[in-house]
Amino acid sequence: MNINKNTIEYVAKLAKIQLDLQSLEDLTLQLDKILHYMEKLNQLNTDNTPITCHVLELKNVFREDSSLPSLPNNAVLSNAPEKEKGHFKVPKVI
Amino acid sequence: MEITAFTASQLLELLSNKKISPKELLSAYLKHIENINRKTNIFIHIDPEELIKTSKNIDTEKTLLKGLPIAIKDNICVKNQLTTCGSHILKGFKPPYNATVIDKLQQQGAIIMGKVNMDEFAFGSSCESSYYGPTRNPWNTECAPGGSSGGSAAAVAAGIAPWSLGSDTGGSIRQPASLCGVAGLKPTYGRISRYGLIAFASSLDQIGPLTRDVRDSALLMNIISGYDSKDSTSANMPVPNYLNCLNQDIKGIKIAIPREYFISGTDEDVKAGVLKAIDVLKKLGAQLEEISLPHTEYAVAAYYIIAPSEASSNLARFDGVQYGLRETARTSDAENPLIEMYSKTRANGFGIEAKRRIILGTYALSSGYYDAYYLKALKVRTKIAEDFKTAFKKFDCILTPTSPTGAFKLGEKLNDPLAMYLSDIFTISANLAGIPALSVPCGFTKENLPVGLQLMARPFEEETLLKIAYAYEQSTEWHKKMPEL
Repeated sequence: MNINKNTIEYVAKLAKIQLDLQSLEDLTLQLDKILHYMEKLNQLNTDNTPITCHVLELKNVFREDSSLPSLPNNAVLSNAPEKEKGHFKVPKVI
Repeated sequence: MEITAFTASQLLELLSNKKISPKELLSAYLKHIENINRKTNIFIHIDPEELIKTSKNIDTEKTLLKGLPIAIKDNICVKNQLTTCGSHILKGFKPPYNATVIDKLQQQGAIIMGKVNMDEFAFGSSCESSYYGPTRNPWNTECAPGGSSGGSAAAVAAGIAPWSLGSDTGGSIRQPASLCGVAGLKPTYGRISRYGLIAFASSLDQIGPLTRDVRDSALLMNIISGYDSKDSTSANMPVPNYLNCLNQDIKGIKIAIPREYFISGTDEDVKAGVLKAIDVLKKLGAQLEEISLPHTEYAVAAYYIIAPSEASSNLARFDGVQYGLRETARTSDAENPLIEMYSKTRANGFGIEAKRRIILGTYALSSGYYDAYYLKALKVRTKIAEDFKTAFKKFDCILTPTSPTGAFKLGEKLNDPLAMYLSDIFTISANLAGIPALSVPCGFTKENLPVGLQLMARPFEEETLLKIAYAYEQSTEWHKKMPEL
C-alpha cells in the first residue's frame, strides 16, 4: 500500500496537527517505509485468530454511585493557559 | 568508596543505624549531581533548596525508606512539581495530584529528588527525542543511554540517584538498563498502579524500578506494587514480599532459550555475554533448553501499529486547553479559531517523533485502514501471546539478550525511524504478552559498553525473575562496575 502526501495531509488534519511542507514530505517518505514494513503481518493467516486488545482477563469495574472527594476547582484550573470564572477558556467557537 | 556508589539497600542500613542523616545523604547526592549533570543532562527538573527542606522533615523512625532519595521519570505525576514528559507541550505543568506510586513512596519516607530525562512521551529508544536535549550515556558520553527511560537508567549508572522509577511500554525500562549497565524490571501488566503515569499506550504501559542490583529492585517492588481503585486495570491480587525469594535455590529451574533471539543482527559481544551467563546459570543447576517462539519476527510490526494507535488517542488531550502550551490563532482571518488554536499548539508543542507516531496511529485507526492495520495487529498480538503461553507450560523462564547491541552513538539512528524501532526487537514481545521481564548486566562489549541479559516469566511471577537474577548476580561482578565520569 503506497501512501502519498494527500493522505498524510488528511490524517494530520484529523489529528489536529499543522504540518509545514518539509515535515509533510519527510513524514510521507518515512511512513511509507514504515507501513511497507508492517505489511509483513499479512504473511500470517489470522482468519480464526481472536483479537487481543488487553492481556488481563478483566471484568468491568463497578462501584457504588456515591460521591468521593475530588480536586477543588482552583487546583483543576491551576495549569490552565486561560481561565475565567472557574472555567477553562477557549477561543470563540461560534 | 564514595557514598553515591552504594546500593539503596546499603544506604538504607546507614540511615537505619543513624550513621548518616537524610539531609547529609541528600547533600552528597546534590553535590554529585551538580558535577555530573553538566556532562550528562540526566536531571531536567530539580529544586535543591526545596529538597533540603524536605530532608529535614523526614520521619526516620516509622517509615521504611527513612529519607532515601529516588529519581523519577518525567512522565510520572508528582504533586506541584514540574512533570513534562520531556515535551514542550507540557511546558510548566505542575500536577495537582500525585501518582499512586509517588504517594506510596512518600508515605514510606522516600525523598522525590526530581525528574529525569526521557524520550518525549516515551516515544523512543535513545532519549534523543526529549525537548530538553539528549541524555548522555555515563559509560561513554558520545553514546545514547537508551530509552525511553534513559534518564532513569543513566542516573543509577552514574550514581547520581540510588535508584529510580521508569516506565516500560515496549522496553523502555529494560533497554536503557541494558545500555547503562543497571538492573531494570518491567512488572506484569497490572502489578503496579498506572494512576498518575501520563499514558502512552494504555494496554502496554507499566511502571517499574531501575536499580544498582536485584535486591534493590525487590525492595522497591515491595513498596510500589498492588491494587489501586484509581486504576481499574491494576490487578486485585496479593503482593508477596519480593525480598523473600532472593536466596532461594535455582537448581532444576527450567529456562528456555528462544532461537529467534540469537539470529543475524545481534552483536557478537552481546551474544558472547549472554552465552557466558547461560554457563553461569547451568553451573547453578538451572536446566536450559533451546525452544522456538515462532512469531517473534512479527512483534515489531504489530507493536508499532498498536502502540501508536493507542498513543494517538491518549495524546488527543494535549490541545492547549487544560494545561501546558497554548498557541493563539490569528483571530482576524482564522476560519475556526478553536481548531486553529488546537492545530498550532500541537504543531509547536510536539516534537517530530511524537507527530510521526500520532499520525501513524491516526492513520491505522482511520476509516478504511482500521481492519488492515489495527485489527490485524491485535490478532498477531494474540499469536505472540500464545507463543509465550505454550513455552511457559514447560518452562519457568525465558532467557534472551535485552538489546541486540550495546549503546549506539547519539544521532546514529535519529534519521531512520524504522532502524530505531527495530532496536526494540527483543523487548516489545513481553509488553504485547503482558508478562514480567527483567534486564541485568552480563558483560561488556569491546568498546567497554554494558551488555544486558533479559529474563521473562509467567504473569505475576516476578519472584521467578528476581530469584534467578539474584542467583546470577551473586555469582558475577558485572553489577558492581561503575563508569568513570
